[in-house]
Amino acid sequence: MSAATAFRLTDSTLRDGSHALSHQYTTEQVIAIVKGLDAAGVPVIEVSHGDGLGGSSFNYGFSAVDERELISAAAASVTHARLAVLLLPGIGVADDLRDVHERGVSIARIATHCTEADISEQHLRLAKQLGMETVGFLMMSHMISPEQLLEQARLMESYGADCVYVVDSAGAMTTDDAKQRVGLLAETLSCQVGLHAHNNLSLAVANSLAALDVGAAQLDGCSAGLGAGAGNCPTEILVATCAKSGLETGVDPLRIMDVAEDVVRPIMPRAQVIDRAGLLLGYAGVYGSFLLHAERAAQRYGVDTKEILLELGRRKVVGGQEDMIIDVALDLARRHAAEQAAQASAAAGAAP
Amino acid sequence: MSLSCVVIGSGNIGTDLTIKLLRSPTLSVRAVVGIDPASDGLARARELGLEASAEGIDWVLAHADEVDLAFDATSAGVHRRHAPLLAEAGITAVDLTPAKLGPPVVPPVNLHAHLDAPNVNLITCGGQATTPIVAAVSRVCDVPYAEIVSTVSSRSAGPGTRANIDEFTRTTSACLVEVGGARFGKAIMILNPADPPILMRNTVFCALPDGFDEDALRGSVEAMVEEVQHYVPGYRLKNPPVFEEGPYGTPGGVVAARLVVLLEVEGAGDYFPPYAGNLDIMTASAVRVAEAFAEQRAGVPA
Repeated sequence: MSAATAFRLTDSTLRDGSHALSHQYTTEQVIAIVKGLDAAGVPVIEVSHGDGLGGSSFNYGFSAVDERELISAAAASVTHARLAVLLLPGIGVADDLRDVHERGVSIARIATHCTEADISEQHLRLAKQLGMETVGFLMMSHMISPEQLLEQARLMESYGADCVYVVDSAGAMTTDDAKQRVGLLAETLSCQVGLHAHNNLSLAVANSLAALDVGAAQLDGCSAGLGAGAGNCPTEILVATCAKSGLETGVDPLRIMDVAEDVVRPIMPRAQVIDRAGLLLGYAGVYGSFLLHAERAAQRYGVDTKEILLELGRRKVVGGQEDMIIDVALDLARRHAAEQAAQASAAAGAAP
Repeated sequence: MSLSCVVIGSGNIGTDLTIKLLRSPTLSVRAVVGIDPASDGLARARELGLEASAEGIDWVLAHADEVDLAFDATSAGVHRRHAPLLAEAGITAVDLTPAKLGPPVVPPVNLHAHLDAPNVNLITCGGQATTPIVAAVSRVCDVPYAEIVSTVSSRSAGPGTRANIDEFTRTTSACLVEVGGARFGKAIMILNPADPPILMRNTVFCALPDGFDEDALRGSVEAMVEEVQHYVPGYRLKNPPVFEEGPYGTPGGVVAARLVVLLEVEGAGDYFPPYAGNLDIMTASAVRVAEAFAEQRAGVPA
């Protein structure tokens, strides 16, 4: 974070935003977005498959263009912004990190479910050895108490994280939830603390600003809010709101609005709104990236998206378990078929 | 005559394995060895009426003429040190660590392929649970790409697994190709902290070439599940196999359809609680592999 800014902004349009495009970014789109963000003054741009390095798969969706090509194209297009990647241990591997480091990525964000920080040790240490800046990314942070989250954050700090993020992957945090978690980490840890917000409860910008009040040094956004579920914290709205609040971001509000309107909105498959399914994710605390997969499974197996999401919440499925969406859809379809058969036989029995 | 075995490593895996070995008609446990005289595992072995030593590999080497086969349930680093010593002493090693020095063995796929090897490796729990299904598909049709998602309860993943999750993903991916017969492979591992703990879940996705035969594939997968159930009774299909239309742009090329097999593994509850199917399938596979060595040696005319 430069001394002149209130926090450091990471734009994740080309990583978390990738979920909304089902990971179909073209090289041309990536170059246009990177150039726009870079020219507007965004200090860090994250580029990876939506589920992090190595995420291109049956389970999460195959990338249209190999993320390594996209990263190289991004590296060739920036003038001052630094590049970041996300890596989930268990999905991406150490060699992926070495590869993108050579392509010009200087920030490694290592993500785990909020209770599993100890699986980040290998990759955080490797990133440090490579001379990269490191972020520990605690996903689904709403699921555990601030005190439990602190224990996990301490682990990441001990492995060499320069910053630990409270990640509201389900967009399930109220403003108090976000403040308690970010606040406790910021007052206890020596490293920086960040917040990654989603907008399912329409609180992404509010929670980000509240996080700054209690000591956050890094925040994430996505242009036009592009992202999983109801979308991320919209970068241009965060920047504009900060400007009005007298918080320096280093980003030009008008130019970042242009990126959202002229570069990102034209390629969005649908508007990033908080419809029932999006709200339900935040309300039930379900991993945001499940939404599009659940819609596809609902259509394929003739069941309701809402039912799938609620059942996933009930099963306490964590991020990465997209395969369980198929399992839940099949279970629901079978249950419905059995219910219909029972109703039909009851009706037949009642007939004269 | 039974095969004389020693269990190296007196931790949880060693204990669960020992309990299973005591039920085997063709294997006998000569001793359980560890390195900590105060270890609970050695005390448990003594309670089971077995010889237990805290002298570790030294005990095994000193009794080499009484031991045919050693299970190594220590760690990859320790096994790398043990492997040449066991080989020199003429003791077959069944390696439960991710050291991967010997050829990988998945019982229903290549149980008999490496019975002359001095050292065989059991890959990972995810590899044991999913490779049979990939092999069941690749014996029916070409598999351009196979992918597995292995989810285990957080409580069943020990510090060794957690510190080496990269090795898990790489080793399992390689096994889908080397043993499963896929052209490209990818493994994903997830830890789920839900309480009460979830049973081990595995999902196998296989890319399918044009003109695949649904009935033949379904039959082959179901037959393979039955094979695994012979030594892991809690291994089962959570839902019937499904075929989903794409297209899918896999690393093995664009395919029109994929097969999805949803599996659950409930452990036998010997020493580990039943949710730890991931640990159970490792020890059960180790026993199955050792029994194959025993059968082979019994079949050799004196």
